[in-house]
Amino acid sequence: MTHRPYTPWLFLAPGLVVCGLFVLFPFINMIVLAFTDASALGGGRFTGADNFVRMLQDPKFWAAARNSALYMAGVVPPLVLLPLLIAMLAQKVVPGIGIFRTAFFTPVIASTVVVGLIWTWLLDSRGLVNSVVEALGGTRIGFLTDSTLLLISSMVVTVWRGLGYYMVIYLAALANVPKDLHEAAMVDGAGPVRRFWSVTVPSLRPTMVLVAALSAVNGFRVFSEIYLLSGGTGGPGGASTTLVMLIQSVGRGLTGEVGYASALSVVLFVILLGLLLITLKLNRREDQL
Amino acid sequence: MKRAHAFLALRYLGLLAILAISIGPFLWQFATSIKGPNEDVFVPDFFPDDPTFANYAAVADVVPVWTFALNSLAVASVNVVTNCLGAAMAGYALARLRFRGRRFAAVVFASSILVPFEAIMISLFLVMRGFGLTNTLTGVVLPGAIAALNVLLLRNAFLALPAEVEEAAIIDGANAWQRFTRLALPSVKGTLVVVALFSFMFSWDDFLWPLIVLSDQEKYTLTIGLAYLQGTFVQNQRLVAAGTIIAVVPLILLFLLLQKHFFRGVGEGAIKG
Repeated sequence: MTHRPYTPWLFLAPGLVVCGLFVLFPFINMIVLAFTDASALGGGRFTGADNFVRMLQDPKFWAAARNSALYMAGVVPPLVLLPLLIAMLAQKVVPGIGIFRTAFFTPVIASTVVVGLIWTWLLDSRGLVNSVVEALGGTRIGFLTDSTLLLISSMVVTVWRGLGYYMVIYLAALANVPKDLHEAAMVDGAGPVRRFWSVTVPSLRPTMVLVAALSAVNGFRVFSEIYLLSGGTGGPGGASTTLVMLIQSVGRGLTGEVGYASALSVVLFVILLGLLLITLKLNRREDQL
Repeated sequence: MKRAHAFLALRYLGLLAILAISIGPFLWQFATSIKGPNEDVFVPDFFPDDPTFANYAAVADVVPVWTFALNSLAVASVNVVTNCLGAAMAGYALARLRFRGRRFAAVVFASSILVPFEAIMISLFLVMRGFGLTNTLTGVVLPGAIAALNVLLLRNAFLALPAEVEEAAIIDGANAWQRFTRLALPSVKGTLVVVALFSFMFSWDDFLWPLIVLSDQEKYTLTIGLAYLQGTFVQNQRLVAAGTIIAVVPLILLFLLLQKHFFRGVGEGAIKG
């Protein structure tokens, strides 16, 4: 016997307690609460599927779900393509490349709050971007005051912050693309564009799918970018609110409708779990390659 | 040969363009933060006429920004210690000890990874209130104190160690705790550094949970303190800019010192996203 029977449980106890109390228990509690009319002050009666029926008739829910889905659809294509192009630029070891790679990663380590505030200032009606627009002869654009432009601006911020992160993933994958494939293609007279589509893209497909899945999950979860760019309001009339923002605003505070917020959370969970499972599956396949 | 030169020049041109896009916004924020009260911050000028650090002192008069920073530092430091130690202990038990119920424990951690924070935040707030821990820094730390992902990362690191050394230690009469602290832990230093870094960064950058659980200004961490500062004093961009620079500089320094571990962490933690 190498240890007493209870020893492993002493090792596991802190981790099990934290994950049990602060992840799994709230999770089960959320599912139970979703079928009640619980308020922030507690209590709540079992109300069956009332919350879900209400949700189907709630225009705010549909708007928020649509915004989250649009957000996801908007950030995935640029986050799959642009970091790949940057990784190809930064892949070749040329003098000073370390400095470039480091600089490209900097937005990743800054918090979304810092990034959000920086871009709020850049996109301000009198900010740097509008100054440039004006200098080029255009008129000022309400990047943060129009609900559609606010969503697009937030997407730009998400993409900007993700460039360096996904670049690193692509750099690792590019290092594994066999060199002889490129050389063979070159001997056959394929130019750089042809080689990109016929050699690079096919060998990177698993990574591209992984990046798509990761950015989709994160895109659907968006909160901070829109919260900060709209100054906490969710845009004019709350028109740019996302699902996570809606849950936060419905469930929080003394007037919080915990039951309804929990039902919204269940929907969020089901969608995210679907996306997460796809990611895990793809990730596992990635490991085997 | 000329063609190769042209390609190299093009590559540098592209790299410089991305460089400008990546760090330009930070530089603009820094430039704004050192502009004096008489200089128009709306004029697109990266080089202040009369640079001053007075805004960094002034921001502390408006909100207790140094208290926010200390709160963030406390939360992030505790988070690093609890994650490194707690996740390593659990990971070690899963990888190295044989016992009944190991599968069950592994399932608890694996299923915890699948629960997105955003889905349980409201319910989690109620749990914290039940413990009387809302509006405390303890309440901020606890939910992420031992992340399941870190448990699994460390479990994998321990699994990769050769079994022979430990078998020798068992024959020498070392107990499980001694084998853990003296043999196993020093051998997974690389993974521990990654866990520590990402725990620090995650905690320092976290916004949504502190926003939900904290209500008194003196308990604020930097992230929600800054959002609050922006809401109150939009008219003085110099102060908001100074505040953001205060929040980002520690992480940039940490990153410059330990960048290879950051890059490694992206690979290992890719699932977490």
